[in-house]
Amino acid sequence: MTQKPTLDVRDLRTYFFTKGGVAKAVDGITFSIAPGKVLGLVGESGSGKTVTGFSILGLVDQPGRVVGGEILYRGEDLNKVSAERMRELRGVNISMIFQDPMMTLNPVLRIDTQMIEAIRAHEKVSKEIARQRARDALGQVGIASPDERLRAYPHQFSGGMRQRVAIAIALLNKPDLIVADEPTTALDVTIQGQILYEVQKLCSQTGTALIWITHDLSVVAGLADQICVMYAGKIVESGEVNAVLDNPMHPYTHGLITSVPSKNKRGAPLSQIPGMAPSLLSLPKGCAFAPRCKWSNSNCQEQPDIRLAPQNRRLLCHNPIEYNNDNIRQETS
Amino acid sequence: MSVFIIRRLLQSGVVVIIMSFIVFSGVFLIGDPVEILVSDDADQEEREEMIKSMGLDKPFLVQYGIFVSKALKGNLGESFVFNEPALLLILDRMPATMELAVVSLMIAIIFGIPLGVWAGLKPDSWASKSIMTGSILGFSLPTFWVGIMMILLFAVMLGWLPSTGRGDVQVILGMPLSIFSWDGFSHVLMPAVNLALFKLSMVIRLARAGTREVLHQDYIKFAKAKGLQESRIILVHVMKNILIPVVTVLGLEFGGLVAFSVVTETVFAWPGMGKLLIDSIGLLDRPIIVAYLMIIVFLFVFINLVVDILYSILDPRVRLQDVKS
Ligand SMILES: Nc1ncnc2c1ncn2[C@@H]1O[C@H](COP(=O)(O)OP(=O)(O)OP(=O)(O)O)[C@@H](O)[C@H]1O
Ligand code: SF4
Ligand SMILES: [Mg+2]
Repeated sequence: MTQKPTLDVRDLRTYFFTKGGVAKAVDGITFSIAPGKVLGLVGESGSGKTVTGFSILGLVDQPGRVVGGEILYRGEDLNKVSAERMRELRGVNISMIFQDPMMTLNPVLRIDTQMIEAIRAHEKVSKEIARQRARDALGQVGIASPDERLRAYPHQFSGGMRQRVAIAIALLNKPDLIVADEPTTALDVTIQGQILYEVQKLCSQTGTALIWITHDLSVVAGLADQICVMYAGKIVESGEVNAVLDNPMHPYTHGLITSVPSKNKRGAPLSQIPGMAPSLLSLPKGCAFAPRCKWSNSNCQEQPDIRLAPQNRRLLCHNPIEYNNDNIRQETS
Repeated sequence: MSVFIIRRLLQSGVVVIIMSFIVFSGVFLIGDPVEILVSDDADQEEREEMIKSMGLDKPFLVQYGIFVSKALKGNLGESFVFNEPALLLILDRMPATMELAVVSLMIAIIFGIPLGVWAGLKPDSWASKSIMTGSILGFSLPTFWVGIMMILLFAVMLGWLPSTGRGDVQVILGMPLSIFSWDGFSHVLMPAVNLALFKLSMVIRLARAGTREVLHQDYIKFAKAKGLQESRIILVHVMKNILIPVVTVLGLEFGGLVAFSVVTETVFAWPGMGKLLIDSIGLLDRPIIVAYLMIIVFLFVFINLVVDILYSILDPRVRLQDVKS
């Protein structure tokens, strides 16, 4: 039962042409997401998660550029559409919640201005109706006395409140696809729960597809259907979320999971992935993870190819954990 | 807000008192007006009579005390030359100077902001580079020289614009103004542009720097992510942010504009307070110099107050701090 995907990203490449060289922030990633589904995108800082999100919305700024691949939104390649078409899609069909809530709202404009304009940029509705919808959206993300809050300026809000406003703005036009970049990191646990609930409800009710970018594997475990693990601009492992988290086949995924506290025995020291995330300007020749990998061998001096495993899992590794010849084969395409 | 204004008014009072002392003692130190005013063949008696009548025989502090007590009653002394109250003489010339300064300010804003924003949006384009080069010229060429060149070109060679004076004036709200008649406008245009050049260059640079900075902010990206039209992003999201520094600096510089008009008024024989000041310095007409400087002090203090209020209207973050304090 394969539904037509809302978003189908194929071999996407986004490079930054800096003075120090070309940083391949996103280097050939492939994933797709079906309506109503949640895809968790995880990875260390600098692995390219945010750049992936910006690429989808066509918001990569200089010196960066999408240099290859396809971003098919309902079959339409976003890399090829006109600027005006892209503008029409943004905020209505595809919206994004940014990582840093302190910086996403314009400091000199009132909240109502910033919400109402987001509606009226796409629909000819009166200010009153737009305001009503803005008020409802604030209520949806758990902001009390929304009428009063609408007249406030961003600096009168805490970081968590601002993030909720940003989330409300992303939900305003009931998009088909939301890219949420660490949206709940700034929120406390109860609010986080409420927002996750609201978002899940929206996804299942309206068929909104959600890309949830996070460091927090426990959120992904509870929320996502699919997971993509990114490392140095590449998706090193992807698949159905429980399958991947219960039985990680890529050494990096394995390392991420064993460094989460809850997965360890109480009192036992946390294991850590040794070493540091590599600089994109000086990646090793073969597998980028090799210098930090317990499983590496001479094969790893070569770039691994994508392999398919059962249950639609995809891997980028020469020596997957629990390697089993019957299950894994070279991708043929 | 009112607490804020009262506090600022008190501060302003202190500034005015200190400045009055500095101004008065400064002027006291420059040349002896008697030398200039008394005719060469006057004898000693006539001389002393003159000195007495002008109050110049008393010690410095007493002179200052008399000046202050009179000043509090709105009397800044009588001109030695015109035998009229200095304040009235200056106020009489003030509308001309204010008109010149305001028109210059308008030119600086109306041309400076769009040019600066454009240069900030397309920093690598040919047009932006020309704008920036032009602004460097505007900064570095001396005002009087540009003024003379303008007269040479537009008045003498092309004959398009008159070179001196105010032209037709109409009395509007009790003030004689040139700008509402074509003849008056043609007179005010050249001096106003001349006076505006420096500020125009400054506004261009401020607007460009502001635009460049604001464009890289996350909230601009977020505005794009909302699917806003580019025009709205520039006219509302970018513009409102860059107006804060531009208005603040321009407001503070308005006093400078009035003070600087001394040069432009002299070049274009514009009958404003600046020209009166230069004439009075030549004649060592102390009361006029003192009164002029005091008016400039008042002007600066007043402008600072207005700018602070404007600033708090433009920048919501400032308003909150007032409420707290
Ligand atoms: N403006 C830029 N100029 C140059 N390189 C950039 C720029 N923006 C991003 N990059 C490169 O892209 C890489 C990925 O950045 P990205 O912001 O996507 O990481 P991330 O996975 O979102 O990390 P985090 O978890 O810290 O948010 C960075 O390591 C950096 O090398
Ligand atoms: S390819 Fe080799 S180095 Fe890379 S993750 Fe797999 S085993 Fe480790
Ligand atoms: Mg990020």
